[in-house]
Amino acid sequence: MKRGLFFFFVFAVFVGFFTNVQLRAQTQPWQQIPVPKLPAFHPQQPKRIELPNGMVVFLQEDHELPTIDGTARIRGGERSVPANKTGLTDIYGEVWRTGGTKTQTGDQLDDYLEQRAAKVETGGGGDSTTVSWSCLKEDFDDVFRVFADLLKNPEFRADKIEIAQKGLYDGISRRNDEPGQIAGREAAKLVYGATNPYARVAEYRTVASITRQDLVEWHNDHVHPNNIILGVVGDFDSAKMEARLREAFASWPKGQAANDPEIKPDPAKPGYYQVEKTDVNQSNIQIVALGTTRKNPDYFAISVFNEAFGGGFSSRLFGDIRTTKGLAYAVGGGVGTGWDHPGMLRLMMSTKSKTTIESIQALDEEIAGLAKRPIGDEEIQLAKDAILNSFVFRFDSPAKVLQEKMAYEFYGYPLDFMEKFQKGIEGVTKADVARVAAKYIHREQMAVLVVGNVSEFDKPLSSLGTVNKLDIAIPAPPPGLVPEQGEHP
Amino acid sequence: MKFRITSVQTIVVCFVLCSIALGQDLASFEKRTTVKKLANGLTIIICERPEAPVFSFFTHVDAGSVQDPMGKTGLAHMFEHMAFKGTDTIGTRDYAGEKVALVKVEDAYAAYIAERDKPVGGDEAKLKQLEQSWKDAIAAADKFSAPYNNEFGKIVEGEGGEGMNAFTSLDETGYFYSFPINRLELWAYLESERFLHPVMRQFYKERNVVIEERRMSVDSNPFGRLREQFAEEAFAAHPYHRPTIGWISDLNSFSAADAQKFFDKYYVPSNMVVAVVGDLKASEAMPIVEKYFSRIPARPKPDTATTTEPPQNSERSVVLHEQTQPVYLEGYHRPDYRSPDDQVYDAIADLMSNGRTSRLYRALVRDKQIASDSAGFTGYPGNKYPHLFAFYALPIPGHKPQEIADAIHAEIERLKKEDISDEELKMIKTRAKANLIRSLGSNEGLASELGLYQARYDDWRELFRSVDRIEKVTKADIRRVANQTFVPDNRTVGIIEFAGGPPPGTGAGPQGGGQ
Repeated sequence: MKRGLFFFFVFAVFVGFFTNVQLRAQTQPWQQIPVPKLPAFHPQQPKRIELPNGMVVFLQEDHELPTIDGTARIRGGERSVPANKTGLTDIYGEVWRTGGTKTQTGDQLDDYLEQRAAKVETGGGGDSTTVSWSCLKEDFDDVFRVFADLLKNPEFRADKIEIAQKGLYDGISRRNDEPGQIAGREAAKLVYGATNPYARVAEYRTVASITRQDLVEWHNDHVHPNNIILGVVGDFDSAKMEARLREAFASWPKGQAANDPEIKPDPAKPGYYQVEKTDVNQSNIQIVALGTTRKNPDYFAISVFNEAFGGGFSSRLFGDIRTTKGLAYAVGGGVGTGWDHPGMLRLMMSTKSKTTIESIQALDEEIAGLAKRPIGDEEIQLAKDAILNSFVFRFDSPAKVLQEKMAYEFYGYPLDFMEKFQKGIEGVTKADVARVAAKYIHREQMAVLVVGNVSEFDKPLSSLGTVNKLDIAIPAPPPGLVPEQGEHP
Repeated sequence: MKFRITSVQTIVVCFVLCSIALGQDLASFEKRTTVKKLANGLTIIICERPEAPVFSFFTHVDAGSVQDPMGKTGLAHMFEHMAFKGTDTIGTRDYAGEKVALVKVEDAYAAYIAERDKPVGGDEAKLKQLEQSWKDAIAAADKFSAPYNNEFGKIVEGEGGEGMNAFTSLDETGYFYSFPINRLELWAYLESERFLHPVMRQFYKERNVVIEERRMSVDSNPFGRLREQFAEEAFAAHPYHRPTIGWISDLNSFSAADAQKFFDKYYVPSNMVVAVVGDLKASEAMPIVEKYFSRIPARPKPDTATTTEPPQNSERSVVLHEQTQPVYLEGYHRPDYRSPDDQVYDAIADLMSNGRTSRLYRALVRDKQIASDSAGFTGYPGNKYPHLFAFYALPIPGHKPQEIADAIHAEIERLKKEDISDEELKMIKTRAKANLIRSLGSNEGLASELGLYQARYDDWRELFRSVDRIEKVTKADIRRVANQTFVPDNRTVGIIEFAGGPPPGTGAGPQGGGQ
C-alpha cells in the first residue's frame, strides 16, 4: 500500500508571485468564513518533585483512559562511549531488558508482562538511556515492580548479549542496501566528522568487543537517582503516586553525576562527495553544513526561516522544486537546531538519475535566491501563522505537555520555554529572517553529497567541481565472527 | 511507507473481565458519537472528545487502486495528489480562463499520445512538434495557477492545520489533518470544496512527482522491488496483483481527463464517510458540516465488481537476485475481512508475531538465532477482498532463506498439529483489549478508525463489537484455520538473494548493474 502525498516535507512559495495576489478579487470565499476566537486553553501542567537524592519526578494526571505510563530518562548516552566500543548503548539498551533482573530472566519478564498486555522496555540513545513502562491501571503495582527492579538490579545475561550482537551484525550487513539510509549516514559524517560521536557508526569489531563487564560498568556509572528524570502520565492520584515513588526511590543513594564529553565537530572540506550505487534509478542529494542549537537567541528567527524556506507544503523548496519543476517527491531543508549541540543545516531531495546535476543546480539557485529575492512579508506572515495557529497542537494532550517539560528539564531549558517560544515567534521580523539566512547559510562552506547511479547522471558530478569518491564498503568482521559480505547466501 | 490498515484490523478484543470495561467504553461512545447519512448519501460521524480545543477529521473514500482502469494503474493515487491542487476558486487567478487553457492541454496531450503510441508509421518530427504544442499549452495554463501554487495547502497550514496528508491503498483512499476548533466551519468549507470543484491543474508536473515517488519507494528500494514482484505472482486474476503507485508506462500515459473521470465515477457522496473527532458538540457541529457537505450532488454508486481470485492450487515463487542482503517472505490466500474467521487470523498473527513472547521471535530470533526479525501478518496487500496471510524474516549473516523457510514451516506445523496453550490464548485476548483501549486516546486515531469501520461495516460500533467475536475464538478454530490456509499449494514465496555485484560506494562497479 502506498503512503500518500508527503513522505516527509519541507517547503515553498514564490515571493515575486505574491504581488499578483492583489490582481485577484480582494476577498476569496474561504476568507468570508468566520473564524471565532479560540477558547482560552490552559493545559494542565505536570507536578514537579525533586527527591532528596536528586531524582526529578513529573506527575501528570490524565483520567481519560484506564492506563498508566512512565519513562525514566538517564543522563549519558552513546556520545560518551569510547570509539572502539561504538554500539555499546545499542547493546545495553536491548540487554538491559532482555537480560532480566537478578531474580527473573528476561524471558520470564516477557511472559509476566505479556499476560497483562503490559510493556517494560529499555533503550539507548545519543545522550541518554531510558526505561519505560506502559500498563493498564489495574496492573500498575505488578508492572512498576518490574520497572524498579530493572533500574536497580539488572543482570545482563550473556545469552542475550549474543542475540543483541547478532542483531547489530545484521544491521551492519544491511546498512548499504537502501540509498536514503546511506545518504543520511554519510551526510552526518560530512558535517560532524567521520569519527565524531554524532556521526560514527557501529562496526563488526566494535560490537564484537562489547562484553558483559562493559554493560555492568556502564550501568553502575550512570544509573543513579541524581541522573534520572522520571515522568508518569495516566489515571492515578498524584498524592498517592508521589508517596509510592518516594517509598520506592527515596532511600536510593546518590551516585556520581554523569558528565557529557566535550565534542568538537570536524566538518569535511566543502566540495562534492559521491557514493556510487548501481542498483538505483534515483539520486539522493544532500547539501549540508553545521547548524546550531535552540539555546541560540536566533532560534525563533531560524524557526520562521525554516518554515518559509523548507518546512512544509507552503515553503519555497516544495513550491519550486516539487510543484513547479516536478523534480522530486521528497524535498526539504532548513537550519537544524539541536537541544544541546548543533544540528545539521541541510537541503535534501531525491530525483531521477538523469536530473541529478540539474537538481543540485536548482538547490544552488534556491540558496542564491535568498539574497536575490529575500523571504518576503507574505512568506513570513504565512510561516508565522502556520507556527502560531498550530501552536495548540504542541500541548493538546497531557502526555505531550509532560514530554516537553521533561525535555526542558533534561537539557536545562526554562520550564516555560514553550511560552517563550510563542512570544519569540511573534516578534520575528523580515530583517531577522534575512539576517539569519545570511548568517547561517553559506553555499561555499557546504558539502554536496550524492548517492546514486553515477553512469546515468545527466552530467558527471565533476562538471560542478572536484569530486571525492566515498568508500562505504563495510569493514570486514574479525575472522570467524560472521561470514563475509560476499559470502552471504 | 506502508499504510497499515492491518493495525486497525487487528483490533480484536477480550474476555469477561475486559468486556465489562469495553462495554463501558461502547456506552460512553454511544453517548458521544452521532452518525448522519445526508440526503446525497454521504455519511458524517461526529465524536465528541473535549480534551483540548482541537479536532481531527478523516475522509474515507471507498475507492482505491483496485478501481484503477486497465492500462491506467496508479490513477487512484494520482487523483489523491490532485486533491491538493485546489478548486475553481482556490489556486487560480481566473478560473474561466484557466478552464479553457486546461481543455487545450488535454487536446494537445491526446494528439501527442496518439502519435506516440502509433504501432506503425510514426513520424518523429510530427511527434516532436506535438510534444512542443502540449508543453506550450501547459505553460499557458500554468500562467493562471503558478502565482497560486499550493494555495490549498497554504490555507490549511496558515490557519494552523497539523499533519495534513492522505493515503491511497489498493482498498481505499483517505484524507486527513487536524485544526484548532475555531476553524471547524472553515474546514467544512475547504474539505467539501475539494470534492465539489476539484481542478486537474498542473497534472503533468504532478505526474512527474508521482513517478519520483515510484522511483523512491519501489525502483530504488529492494523491499519495494520484492513487494511488487511478490504481489504480481500471488494474484493472477484480482487487481491486487497491481501496484498502487502504478506501472511506469501507465504513469507515462494516463491523462488529466482520466483522473477527472475517475473522480466523477468514484468520488460520489454515497461512497464517502467523513469522521470528525474533537472538542465539538454534535448538536452545533452537525448543522455546519451538513450545510457544506450536502452541496455535493448525489450520483449513482459505482459498480465495483472485481474478478474473484480463483484457488491457487500450485506453489509459486519469485526470486530476486540483488546486490542487497537476503529477505524471505511467503503468503497464503485467505478470505476477505468479512469472513467469520477474520478474528481467528488476527489471533494467529498476534500469537506468531507480537513481541518477545511470540512464537516466531522465540523460534527464529531467540532459539535458532537465524533471523534478526520475523513476523506473520494479515491484510496483505489489502483486506477488503480475499488477500494473503504472510510471514517474513530477515536472515542474519550466514543463514540462507531456505533455513528461514524451514523454521517458519516448523512453527506453522506446530500451529496445525498442537493446540495453543491456555496462557497463549489468554494473552492474545488480553492484549487485544489493551490495544483497543489505547487506540481511543487520540483524535486522529479515532477519526480514522470510526471512519473506516463505518465505511467497511456501515456501523462504527463494529470497532467495539469485535469483542464478541474474539471471545469466541477457540484453540480448535486456530488449528482449523491453520490447516485450511497454510498448505503448500496455497503458498507464494518471495526471496531476495544476495547475488554479488559491486558493493556500493567502492567506485569499482560495472555500469547498469541494477534497474
